[in-house]
Amino acid sequence: MNLEKYILAVITTSCENIKGGAPTFCCENEDEAQKVAADLEAILDGISHRLANGMYIIVKH
Amino acid sequence: MNEYTYPVIFGITIGTLARLYMLKTDYRQYPTYPHGKVINVALGFIAASLGTVAVPSFMEENFTAVTFLALAASQFREVRNMERNTLSELDQYELVPRGKTYIEGIAIVFEGRNYLVIFASFISTLLYLAFNIWAGILGAIGALLLAKSLMSGKQLKHIVNIKKAELSFDGPGLYVDNIYIMNIGLPERQKEILKYGMGFILEPKDFNVRATIGHLGQRQAILHDASVSLGVFRDSGTPALVPLIKRDLDDGRIGVFILPQVQDVAKAIAVIERVPVLENAFRLPTESDANQKGSELD
Repeated sequence: MNLEKYILAVITTSCENIKGGAPTFCCENEDEAQKVAADLEAILDGISHRLANGMYIIVKH
Repeated sequence: MNEYTYPVIFGITIGTLARLYMLKTDYRQYPTYPHGKVINVALGFIAASLGTVAVPSFMEENFTAVTFLALAASQFREVRNMERNTLSELDQYELVPRGKTYIEGIAIVFEGRNYLVIFASFISTLLYLAFNIWAGILGAIGALLLAKSLMSGKQLKHIVNIKKAELSFDGPGLYVDNIYIMNIGLPERQKEILKYGMGFILEPKDFNVRATIGHLGQRQAILHDASVSLGVFRDSGTPALVPLIKRDLDDGRIGVFILPQVQDVAKAIAVIERVPVLENAFRLPTESDANQKGSELD
């Protein structure tokens, strides 16, 4: 199965803002979030986008 | 040997030569060397034979020969299907795909060239039989000139002005000039993009062009040609490094973002200038009755 235009993962430093849905990765700080986002980007073959509130999402296009 | 032998050999030779003349392997790597060429030359030979033998058949009042031409038409439609299927299958493995519109354009060209071969053979054989070999040669030259003029489609430089533009980031948003391209989240990727990326703005020369360059298939063709000629800084599994084109909705300009391996602006502009205007993407909105009777489009 090929998922497209779908949020595959959410990486955030403020876990309290997330309610269900995609797999969420809670990180201690911005540095860690960036590293996790980079790893997930490579693994999931998606693009890591940054939202206005500093949250990263991995989306497959 | 009879009175038709030499004219028929002449017609077939002219038709096959016409196909060879129209067969070019260029940066698109198509037809591929050498077997793709053999297929096309062989089909050209068959087309030439059909075009040629139609003439003596008519002269002998054997009008059922025209059904062979109908058969030829269905055969060459099959050629078009074959080209389309092959290219569509292969397109999945391209780092920057050609896109369906470009593929359909190539398939049409292959079908069309076989008809030009039939035409060249038919005309040259007819003139040979009606007058003499010199008339046949003149007819062949005429047919080749016609083929040449039909082969040379428009290129992007005829319809747009191309300018280099700066790439910039506003937060995670990547911009070419003031045209938003995409959201790149990771600072690492942003650095790569600023290092290897190149931006261009294509400004339409008139109103008709807006629809043509806005066509997704035409845009994909630009990206494909630029990536083939200049190399592309990406691999499978790096979707963030994909070249993209987006439109400015206000004035129809398009912003081209590419990641070439050859960092040469003049060469990149030359490559984009020579991208063919795809006949399937070409639009002429000013030709519509509604637009001609209503207010003029700028």
